[in-house]
Amino acid sequence: MTSYNGPAHYGFAERWLPRLVLAPSLVLTVVFVYGFILWNGYLSFTRSRLLPNYEWVGTAQYLALFENERWWVAVHNLVIFGGLFIGGAMAMGILLAVLLDQKVRQEGALRTIYLYPMALSFIVTGTAWKWMLNPGLGLEKLMHDWGFTNFTFDWLVNPDMSIYTVVIAGIWQSSGFVMALFLAGLRGIDDSIIKAAQIDGASLPRIYWKIVLPALRPVFFSTLMILAHIAIKSFDLVMALTGGGPGFSSDVPATFMYSMAFTRGQMGVGAASATMMLMTVAAIVVPYLYSELRGSRHG
Amino acid sequence: MDKQSKVWRLALYAVLLYAAVYYLLPLYIMVTTSVKSMDEIRAGNLIALPMGITFEAWAKAWSSACTGVECGGLSRYFWNSVQMVIPAVLISTALGALNGYVLSKWRFRGSELTFALILFGVFIPFQVVLLPMAQTLGWFGLARSVAGLVFVHVVFGIASTTLFFRNYYVGIPDELIKAARLDGAGFWRIFLRIVLPMSTPIVMVVLIWQFTQIWNDFLFGVVFSSGDSQPITVGLNNLANTSTSVKEYNVDMAAAIIAALPTIIVYVLAGKYFVRGLTAGAVKG
Repeated sequence: MTSYNGPAHYGFAERWLPRLVLAPSLVLTVVFVYGFILWNGYLSFTRSRLLPNYEWVGTAQYLALFENERWWVAVHNLVIFGGLFIGGAMAMGILLAVLLDQKVRQEGALRTIYLYPMALSFIVTGTAWKWMLNPGLGLEKLMHDWGFTNFTFDWLVNPDMSIYTVVIAGIWQSSGFVMALFLAGLRGIDDSIIKAAQIDGASLPRIYWKIVLPALRPVFFSTLMILAHIAIKSFDLVMALTGGGPGFSSDVPATFMYSMAFTRGQMGVGAASATMMLMTVAAIVVPYLYSELRGSRHG
Repeated sequence: MDKQSKVWRLALYAVLLYAAVYYLLPLYIMVTTSVKSMDEIRAGNLIALPMGITFEAWAKAWSSACTGVECGGLSRYFWNSVQMVIPAVLISTALGALNGYVLSKWRFRGSELTFALILFGVFIPFQVVLLPMAQTLGWFGLARSVAGLVFVHVVFGIASTTLFFRNYYVGIPDELIKAARLDGAGFWRIFLRIVLPMSTPIVMVVLIWQFTQIWNDFLFGVVFSSGDSQPITVGLNNLANTSTSVKEYNVDMAAAIIAALPTIIVYVLAGKYFVRGLTAGAVKG
């Protein structure tokens, strides 16, 4: 790492210019990220309902949050959705990346096809899947037309199953992106390692399992981070696909927060739920960032 | 090629094609549904080819479908998004490039800490800034305006654009900068003459990334805008969730495609730069 502010003949302006260029972004970040986190945190300890009210009420809003059945449904849904979405998108993305890495024809075209859902908004994805999964005219009718007259698929309107439809659409939307990240990682691996293993007589699946995929550990972790934080932030997809319903059966913390803060006049509870979301993300991200930045300093 | 590896190649292509069908099917269904009439949708099934092609649903989605109480179609929302996305993408990208340049080539005491502070912004759940931001935009007189949305997207876009550019610029050899300095080039000259001309891959990645992020955003759109300033995602959601007596799936699908078209076009035209940029190490593996 080189520092350029040493030699004396680089003037005062040259030395302060970099800091000056960085200053607006730093100020914006300090105010709008860290300042707002504190502000939101403060709101969560106040009596705010429809409008902000800065009267301190201690942990009352958190107690209200923890007693709210809807919040626990949302948390439970996030665990289901997060686990299945991350696992599914990861498995599918890795599989496709490994298969595409076998010098296939038309790789470019296939890659484009796998990746395009990433360009769509979750609102578009949700609208499209809502049509395909609707019990009246969608998949169910298709199966009936094909002769499977007993086939029923009512997950979208079934409170016990609605969150799983969000998983289906989410995996469809994000697995291509996982594929792209892993493919980029695979291309960065030295071919000679694989050749050497092949000469030693190792089979292709074994080479991938024992050598290639372990070498992609960093890609694995950054992808895990990206997917985990898409899952925790997921809001659009649920809004477009199920609107959190039926009832509040497919609520997640992000839709819970929106509905408390902006449609039900429970600003304090909304702020408390947002703080809980932040804590969850921070618990995952801060150790990760710490190790990443330490690593890059020496790397 | 021996027999076993032939079977293996065949299986490989079978899986890849099967996956391609899985990814394409929703798009196929969206397009075919959007050109069918409602009668045909009711009579046929999800994947049947349209018998007659009609663009009535498209016209309706664009100019007369109801989004809540209003029935002016998506065109207004579409232009709001255009007005929002262009300045937001350009400003956040420019700031990210400058920040990345400073954080990789003009490090100073505390610059690593600054980077860490900015980086955390990539990960925060935006729910935590919604309530304070709603108030602040009100004070600035930017509440419920396209300008307000541009501001929000710039502020919360800085973290990722800075990350992208910083990681890319770390890969530019320091010797190059040193040599230029010995020749008497200063901060701006080095940026404009040396660093920027080498930045095409990462600029493409960041432009595409920011464009899709901002065009596709729904959360900020639904919270910070109303009526005349709502972006296309909010328009589409309103349209698809407006309860009318007859659900017009063809109009919904046409509207979804209209909302998706700009990012799909950008992706098809420039997607290869995106993947190439990723491969070139823009996203650190």
